[in-house]
This record gives sequence, structure tokens and C-alpha cells, in this order.
Amino acid sequence: MNSLAPIIALTIFVVLFGTALLFLVSLVGPKPKNSDAKNSTYECGIDVQTTGHSKISVRYYLTAILFILFDIEIIFMYPWAIAYGDFIKEGQGLYMLGAMGVFLLIFIIGLVWEIKSKALEWD
Amino acid sequence: MGSDLFEISVNLIKMIIIFVMMVQLVPLLVWVERRGSAFIQNRLGPNRIGPLGLTQLLADAVKFIFKEEFIPEKTKKFIFYAAPVVSLIPAALAFGAIPLSMPINIEAFTMFGESYGPYRFAFQSFELGIGIVFVLGISSLGPYAMLMAGWASNNKYSLLGALRACAQSISYELALGLSIVGVLLLYGTFDFSEMIAAQQGPLNFMWFGKEVTLGFLPNWGIFYQPLGAIIFLTAVFAETNRTPFDLPEAEAELVAGYHTEYSGLKMNMFYIGEYGHMMAASALMAVFYFGGYDIPFVTAEDVNAGVTWFGQAIDPLLTTVASWAPFVGDSLAEALGFSANKAAIGTAFVFHIAMFAKILFFLWVFVWVRWTIPRFRYDQLMDLGWKTMLPWALFNTIITAIVIFIMRTNWS
Repeated sequence: MNSLAPIIALTIFVVLFGTALLFLVSLVGPKPKNSDAKNSTYECGIDVQTTGHSKISVRYYLTAILFILFDIEIIFMYPWAIAYGDFIKEGQGLYMLGAMGVFLLIFIIGLVWEIKSKALEWD
Repeated sequence: MGSDLFEISVNLIKMIIIFVMMVQLVPLLVWVERRGSAFIQNRLGPNRIGPLGLTQLLADAVKFIFKEEFIPEKTKKFIFYAAPVVSLIPAALAFGAIPLSMPINIEAFTMFGESYGPYRFAFQSFELGIGIVFVLGISSLGPYAMLMAGWASNNKYSLLGALRACAQSISYELALGLSIVGVLLLYGTFDFSEMIAAQQGPLNFMWFGKEVTLGFLPNWGIFYQPLGAIIFLTAVFAETNRTPFDLPEAEAELVAGYHTEYSGLKMNMFYIGEYGHMMAASALMAVFYFGGYDIPFVTAEDVNAGVTWFGQAIDPLLTTVASWAPFVGDSLAEALGFSANKAAIGTAFVFHIAMFAKILFFLWVFVWVRWTIPRFRYDQLMDLGWKTMLPWALFNTIITAIVIFIMRTNWS
């Protein structure tokens, strides 16, 4: 809790700062004169052709899924990297190197398979 | 209780000062960007208002505040307004977790008749033992603000820009995260302060279990992790959506990307978020690979001695001038008088300047690259992230682990 309190305090401060800026603008700025052309969504000057919530490429979804898989694997390496120096001091370095080698081998096989199966091709 | 209150209030003020410092740097950086681009492209840039156009940024800020408050129709209002505010949070939190100078050790003193115990103030908004993991986690919240903005705008350009930004950020986060593994292997800590402490002094490493010192080089991470530093710097450019990876804002294709529908101060808040992200990234670059607030070949004791000498030299002058002031003269002279606590603060200030010089250098690198290298195509960008940077970062990790194993093991 003690180390979390300043983070929460700063978050609250930033949110208040941003909200205050938004309100400041609506207070001092000129009042908008609306018209249909002005209110419409920006589409390079022509009439609005499509809604903004149209279908999107499945590639983005695939990228996000692959990112989650690989990111979790990378996060697994962090505690290993921290403990590695201590294990070397105790003479256990080779064991730790081999253990992470097996893990990295699976990682690399996954990456190669992903590239070979053309999951990352953008056309 | 009084001392607790003192400590909490100092920490709160420090937090706000660091945040305001970050926000205040943004207009200055916009000026540097515009003047720098003009310098690189052999133009003049903004030079009309004030010396070298420096007050241009004040004029811009005033102009932004007095712009009309406008949102287009069919937007999702709450998310539309929330997105710029959310974009500020990751930048502020990430920058706040990085130590900008060495901690100040304040000895016990009395003020207004109450005594205050010895304190240790870290020169950062909050001290966390797991600083690196926290900064990585917080800065990966950045895409949320972009997605919120892109989705709420109800504009296809905004949505496409947001999706591109998001996909690009997460793709390069892999290379970024992996390049840091090399740094973690080297120092064996998640704590920024310990990492900076390990980089002080001359270049010192283990060579087949024996200690070797090279006196003519500082003990900075760049000499151990050159490949990791290059990968980190490149990935950071993509993370912050800067040229050559500014596909989300590719104006020839997407108008302005996820903030197409934003105007005035709301758009400016996205800029604050982006530049804050750049500052955090520059600070990380300095901490990981360039010794943080370390000044090469100068120790904290040297700086403290220099500050003490300077303070004692000007001390009589200050107290004499202060004692001339009527009514408050004596107490003012006492307050201005030189003490060990002031030497500690002065030392921290000197190191703070060193840290800021490094941060400003990397911010200049951001500007420099932006106006030098053309933009990538989108498939090239994703290929570079997944098929080039990620394997090289893996290679860096494996090589670092093997070399550390061979060098640090006691073979005798």
C-alpha cells in the first residue's frame, strides 16, 4: 500500500489536470456555430461515405494474439535474467543456461513456425 | 506526526514538480522540433516572435486555449473526451518512476521549533523496487488512449490510424522487452538506482573469472550491450510512433491518424502524451546504456566537495546582503547560510543537470532522425519488427547469457 499510494496520487492528479484543461477550453473558447457541413465527420471534403465502425482486417487481431503469446514468453525471461548472476556465483550457471536454452528453443521454433505459416504477411 | 506530514508534503510537491517539468518541456520540444527541422532542411523556421522564435510556444499555448470547443456528430462523447486525458497517464507515470538524480540525504534539522528527523528523498515521483517492470507495463497502456480516440471519433481514418498505432506498438514491444533482458542479465536488478550505481566508475568487468579495469572508459552499459542499445533505440521510435515509424499519422494516407477529429487543446494533450513518452524513453535509454545521472570520471564526493567550496565561498556575501534587509535580516541570513543539507541538495542538482543533458540529447536524436529518414511502408514496418528486430534481440539475449556465463564463472 505504501508504495502504491504515490502512484494513485499521481494518477488522480494527472486526470484532474487533463479534465481541468478540457473544462478550461469550453469556458474561455468561443461558442461553436454549428452547421451540417461542419458537424459531419471529416472525410477529405466529400460527403460521408462509410461509417467509422466498419469492418477491419483480421490481421490486426492475429497480430494482437501473437503478441500476447510472445510477450508472456518474454516476461518469463525476466526473473531468470535477474537470478542468473547469483546462480553463476553458486556454480549453477550451466544448469540455468541449459534450462533457458530449452525454453528459448521452443520460443524460436514458435517464431519460425509463425513466419513459415505466413501469419505475419501483410498484403 | 509533524515530520510525517512534512515528508508526505515534500513527496507530493516533488511529484507535481516532476509532472509540471514534463508538461513544460513539451512546448520547448515543439520549438526544438520546428527549429531543428528548419535547420536540417536549410530553412528559417519560426523566428518572428521573440528571440529565435522562442516565445512562439507561448503564443501557441494561448492560441490552443482560446480555440473553439467542438466535437463532430455521431462521436461517442465520453470516450472522445476521455481519450486525451488517458493519453497523459502512461507518460506521466513512466517518467515519474525514473530517478532523475541521486537521492538526497537530509540530516536532522529544526524548523519553527520542531525537529525533523533524517530523511532520504529520491529524485523521482515514486521509488519502486520493480521500476523496470512497472515502466514497461505502464507504457504499454499507451495504445488504449489511441484506440479510444480512434473508435470514439467515428471516422475511418481515425480508426485505421488507431489500429495501425496499436499493432505497431505491440509488435515492437516484443523487441523492446527482449532487448532489456540483456540489461537485466548484466546488472541483475529491476531497480533503476541500483542499475545506475553499478555503472559508476571506470569500465570494470570480469574476464574469465578475473577482474579487469579499463580506466579510460566509463562503466556504461553501452560498452556491454551495443546491439541491445541499437535495438532498444529503434523499438522506442516505433513505440512512440515517431518517424520513420509514424505510420499511424501518415498524412498522405490517413489525414492525421487517430487524432483527425481532435482540435485545439484536446489535440495538444495527445502531443503532451507523445512527447512525455519520448522523454520517458530517452530517460530509459540514458539509465540503461549511458549511466543515468552518472558523470564520467567524477564521483559524488568530488561534486559534493565542489559544491561545498562554492557554497562556502559565496556564504559571507549572501549573509551580508541578507542582513541588510530590515526586520527579517537575521533570520533570512540564517536561512540562506550554508549547511551540509544544502551541499547535498546542490550535489543532487548537479547530477540532475547531467541526467537532463543526456535526456535532451536523446530527444534531439528523435528530432534528428525524424527529419533525416523517410517513412517505412506498413508491411516493411511489420516485417522489420517481427522478422528482423525480434530475432536480433533473441540473438543478443543468447549471446549475452553465454558470454556472462563464460566470463563470470570461476574457472580456476
